[in-house]
Amino acid sequence: MIMKKRKNKIKQDWHTTAICVIVVTLFALCCVAPFIYVFCVSFMPYSEYLENPLKIIPSKIDFAAYKQLFEFDLLWSGYLNTIIVTVLSTAISVFLLVISAYPLSKKNLKGQKFIMGAIMFTMFFNGGMIPNYILIRNLNLDNTLWSLILPGCLNVFNLILMRNFIVTTIPTTLEEVATIDGANDLRILFSVVFPLLKPAIATMTVFCAVGAWNSYFSAMMYIQDREKWPLTLILRELIVEDSASAMSQTAQLLNSQNMAHSFTLKMAAIIITILPILIVYPFMQKYFVKGVTLGSVKE
Amino acid sequence: MAFIHTKRARCVVQSNSNVRLMKKTKSLKEGWKYFNKKKYLYILLIPCVLYYIIFQYVPMYGVIIAFKDFSFSKGILGSEWIGLDNFKYLFGLKDFYRVFFNSISLSLLKLIICFPIPIILALMLNEIPSLRYKKMCQTVIYLPYFISWVVIGGILVNLLSPSWGYVNMLLKSLGMEPVFFLGSEEYFRPIVIVSHIWKQAGWDTIIYLAAITSVNPELYEAAKMDGASKFKSIFYVTLPCIRSTIIILLLLSIGGIMNNGFEQINVLQNNNNLVVSEVFETYTYRLGMVSGRFSFATTVGLFSSTVGFVLLMIANKVAKALGEDGIF
Repeated sequence: MIMKKRKNKIKQDWHTTAICVIVVTLFALCCVAPFIYVFCVSFMPYSEYLENPLKIIPSKIDFAAYKQLFEFDLLWSGYLNTIIVTVLSTAISVFLLVISAYPLSKKNLKGQKFIMGAIMFTMFFNGGMIPNYILIRNLNLDNTLWSLILPGCLNVFNLILMRNFIVTTIPTTLEEVATIDGANDLRILFSVVFPLLKPAIATMTVFCAVGAWNSYFSAMMYIQDREKWPLTLILRELIVEDSASAMSQTAQLLNSQNMAHSFTLKMAAIIITILPILIVYPFMQKYFVKGVTLGSVKE
Repeated sequence: MAFIHTKRARCVVQSNSNVRLMKKTKSLKEGWKYFNKKKYLYILLIPCVLYYIIFQYVPMYGVIIAFKDFSFSKGILGSEWIGLDNFKYLFGLKDFYRVFFNSISLSLLKLIICFPIPIILALMLNEIPSLRYKKMCQTVIYLPYFISWVVIGGILVNLLSPSWGYVNMLLKSLGMEPVFFLGSEEYFRPIVIVSHIWKQAGWDTIIYLAAITSVNPELYEAAKMDGASKFKSIFYVTLPCIRSTIIILLLLSIGGIMNNGFEQINVLQNNNNLVVSEVFETYTYRLGMVSGRFSFATTVGLFSSTVGFVLLMIANKVAKALGEDGIF
């Protein structure tokens, strides 16, 4: 009787595991399927697509869409702008995060509590879209790439993550020893604490870089010249707005059907945009997983 | 500094009887000493304080243009006060109630449908017996989080397009009528929800997985001894153990109920679905950046962020009353 019950339980457990594996696998497949589809279609000759729109694997690889995109100037300026913004904002962000999080991690520093409170408050309440726009205009930052870099360069969430990381992982005895040896706070930060922050810095770099690469809202707000647009905004015009703005270069590109059709072209543009992320993704994986968990430690 | 020092010292000698002054100078001196000792820490904080003043608190002050008739030529200070006129106008507007309803209903749907999914997914991931397979699945399901909304929107617009989209081609080949998904009002919300799950759910499992790994394994042993099946031990051991994580994340998403995410809504929005897709962020953008009605747009923004803030406060109070930690 007991044996039968136990057998039953094992069978039940087996069911649970199987269901879990199947559901997770299905979800994972859903996550990659669109990428695979877009990738395949971007290489498909348009005639083949017309014949059978449900076809996924192309019978022959056709670079027409890519060739045409490579001659599209805005794509290159967009790429360049995105790279500039990503590199600069990541560098500035990470530097500011380190030097700000360190003093904020000192719980007995006078004024620290007040500053931390004032920073936390901005997480829940802020001026909003229009006052920010007025600020950027008053600072004469509009229509420059700085408007994409400066306003977001010290994110509250990242600052709190960094501070918690310092509080939880850097032993205070280490700093005490350094103080006894005659090092001042600057020395301690850059030669004692900094090397220990490497995992957190790697994580922050990934977060900041991905955020800068992907965002398009601030560019839409602050930048008027197409030559200064980041890649995402160019892509937005190319795929979403279609030929709404008929005068633009993008519309001309989409309407010149000499080589590739606009559909294939859009798919190729998507691949070009996400390619850098797909390439670095496997390498950055381990850092962001660590990053989220380092912040989840509540003091 | 030396100068101040000697002057102060002389001062103290001169008014020997004035104890209060002495105390003051003493505390000043001590304050200076303290500052001198920690000066590098304070110097390190300068950029941070400047950043928050300039880029966070100045815009907060700029919110007063909601009560003014703002124009760029007059500036924030020079513009005339108009009191609550903008608010009165806003509350009398039919559009406002539609936008309010759209924002709230979309967020509530997101909260109800999207919030539990990462928890379930994390629990399921945790049950996968092979560690390598689990890692592989994790790698794949985190990927969409790193893709821009523009790209996701672009893929969706093209997949769902009535003339060349894959989904409609499939419908056609099955003998059904093609549907203009993004152009119809009833499909907009489901599309937003599904795309949100696709991008976010995998990523959100990370934090739950971290919480699950910190559950004491002895609890599972005990549950097993008591004859609990795997399903039961998930339900009665894991879930209660990650309760506080769930509540904090729930609080945060209640606080964000007025934010629908501009980037997502904006790429999926078009003139055909505007009736259901207009939310506070896109409405503010349209009023301020497209029509140039800065003061009125600020009013809309201020209204939505105030409501969001109040909701968060209430949720936090409720959580504390129920004996949870809360956010602050």
